[in-house]
Amino acid sequence: MIQRRLPFLFRTVSRTALAIMLVAVAPAAHAAQEIRIGLLSQTPEPPASVADPDVPANDDGLAGAMLAITDNNTTGKFLSQSFLLDPVTVAPDGDAAVALRELAGRGARFIVIDAPGATVEALARLPEAANLLLLNATAPDDSLRGASCATNLLHVAPSRAMLADALGQYLVKKRWSRWFLVTGRRPEDKLYAEAVRRAAKRFGAQIVAEKEWTADSDVNRTAEAEIPVFTQTKGYDVLVVADEVGEFGDYLSYRTADPRPVAGTQGLVPTVWHRTHEQWGAAQLQSRFKAAAKRQMTPRDHNDWTAVRVIGEAAARSHQADPDRLIAAIQAPDFTMSAFRGAPLSLRAWDGQLRQPVLLAADRSVVSVSPQDGFLHPRTELDTLGYDQPETPCKTRGKKTP
Amino acid sequence: MTASRTASRRIAASILPALLAAGLAGAAGAQTIYVSNEKDNSLSIIDGKTMAVTDTIKVGKRPRGITLSKDGSQLFICASDDHAVQVLDLASKKVIHNLPSGEDPEQFALSPDGKSLFIANEDSNIVTVVDVPSRKVAFQVDVGVEPEGMDVSPDGRWGVNTSETTSMVHWIDMEKRAVVDNTLVGPRPRYAQFTRDGAQLWVSSEIGGTVSVVDSATHKVQKVIDFRIKGVSKDRIQPVGVKLTDDGRYAFVALGPANHVAVVDAKTYEVKDYLLVGRRVWQLALTPDQKTLYTTNGVSGDVSVIDIDSLTVTKSIKVGRYPWGVAVKG
Repeated sequence: MIQRRLPFLFRTVSRTALAIMLVAVAPAAHAAQEIRIGLLSQTPEPPASVADPDVPANDDGLAGAMLAITDNNTTGKFLSQSFLLDPVTVAPDGDAAVALRELAGRGARFIVIDAPGATVEALARLPEAANLLLLNATAPDDSLRGASCATNLLHVAPSRAMLADALGQYLVKKRWSRWFLVTGRRPEDKLYAEAVRRAAKRFGAQIVAEKEWTADSDVNRTAEAEIPVFTQTKGYDVLVVADEVGEFGDYLSYRTADPRPVAGTQGLVPTVWHRTHEQWGAAQLQSRFKAAAKRQMTPRDHNDWTAVRVIGEAAARSHQADPDRLIAAIQAPDFTMSAFRGAPLSLRAWDGQLRQPVLLAADRSVVSVSPQDGFLHPRTELDTLGYDQPETPCKTRGKKTP
Repeated sequence: MTASRTASRRIAASILPALLAAGLAGAAGAQTIYVSNEKDNSLSIIDGKTMAVTDTIKVGKRPRGITLSKDGSQLFICASDDHAVQVLDLASKKVIHNLPSGEDPEQFALSPDGKSLFIANEDSNIVTVVDVPSRKVAFQVDVGVEPEGMDVSPDGRWGVNTSETTSMVHWIDMEKRAVVDNTLVGPRPRYAQFTRDGAQLWVSSEIGGTVSVVDSATHKVQKVIDFRIKGVSKDRIQPVGVKLTDDGRYAFVALGPANHVAVVDAKTYEVKDYLLVGRRVWQLALTPDQKTLYTTNGVSGDVSVIDIDSLTVTKSIKVGRYPWGVAVKG
């Protein structure tokens, strides 16, 4: 089932209608200048038991993509390029394939997917997707970059391995190298925990204890009694939590049996974006976003912004609006882009992952930015995060030199 | 300690003969260096003779770009978070009035006749041109995303602006009061400076890690200069401020978090040296006698002093938090 986000997007939708009419009249002339980007969004329904104090905005993600389209068009006007966003929302139990066909049918060759990993994987395998470029904006699954990688699929969000490595480097640098790993009950928590174990091994940390959170009481009421008992483990420096949906992780801080910091999916969090991030010109993006969306930019907004900007930046750099040539330009070895996190972003040829620095953020401040000093790599220090070329399980893209 | 003492001795040694030769006691000593401290909302004033901070004055919020008026009696300050350009009277050290500036002014450039101030409004993708005598906005032009670097050609014909996210140089025709051409340069262009003869425009690209030399006649990039420092990863080489000496000999390029200033032969484009300065070196200013270069180092909160004859860093001077802009009164 597909719902268009009509109220917020009235202008975009009416422009879409206009574009369709123009395409019908003179397809060749029009296609020469306009770059059409589909945005396929699907937000999974949070479990009923989870109380999220920060209710996400209805346009979470979408607002980032819309700002990026504005940015692309500001640049595009000097190059006779115009960008059009065609956003479609798929219900949590809806059929994303129908939405993809609809977007492709309206002429989009670039589809930004802001959806769970399973949806991304299914879409990449569709025969109709073969000549599209799919940009996975938000799904962190390493399998999408590994065994399920695809030549038509790029990854904008950092993978879980990159997030865990970013955190792991910092903890090791702080010499907090004995970790107590607490994992939630959901499959994605197990994957996050797996990435944490991998990071521990890579950077010489030890997981001295592991526990799984299985309590089914209302944690909001029982945390004070349960967590001190649950965390009675000796000899650790930091509690690393894997609870992506936010079921219990926020209740750990200040309740552990021993006074220890919490990091991972809660506490000190590896992330692409934070509302207090202001270095490297980020203050400008923050204020531009705030002026446009009337709220602060979230990591999901930032991922969608980056995905749409990748296309705009490659179009400006290569002077290409032709989709085939633009798809090649995005994946050219010298493609780089600025995204307000210091080092330039670029693509890893071996798995289609966007290389990027990762912020480590507390509730109201950015604590650090990884890669940390001293973690060296012969190509770029950014490749100390996540799966490097020799380790990639991706076969279809080949072990190309980046 | 020893290094800086030797350095001041060296400076004294180099200044003394010059003074004697010129017979103008205090000519060099009359230099004053102004530094805007972005996170202190203040301006540090450094005596060019003693190389010490003599005064710190409160200015508007988030001061960044600063530049002297043509007659040297006033300092223009981009007070970014006050959305104003403040005019500081240097004799009384008081802000006498604000110029209209548009939103979030970051950098600016003064036309050769001193009458027009070109201001980059970073948040609104606009360049505002202010008529200084009447304190009125003369005109505004649309440019790319996050306008930043500004300069005016020596003949006053062109105003140029670089936009960071668009990665272009926008050529503003002063007569037509419009952008008439655009030059694509490396990602995140931060700073632009014309050569003294106006034949070239040098543009730094922070994320591209390069400096582009643009031909002013054709608006085409004629040379891209790359930087490599042993032991510093390529990602950290982020060029920001650029200063060209009047004699056309050197270009100095501040390399941001690489903590070095590159010395480029402005004729052959060869990088001759990298000078270690403070952390996150940002903007540069030359003294009018072209003997000394000052750098603002944001993270270490200081100013490095570079002697141009010997190409050595002679001193570092502690200023406020996040020093950003620098200007020298001769």
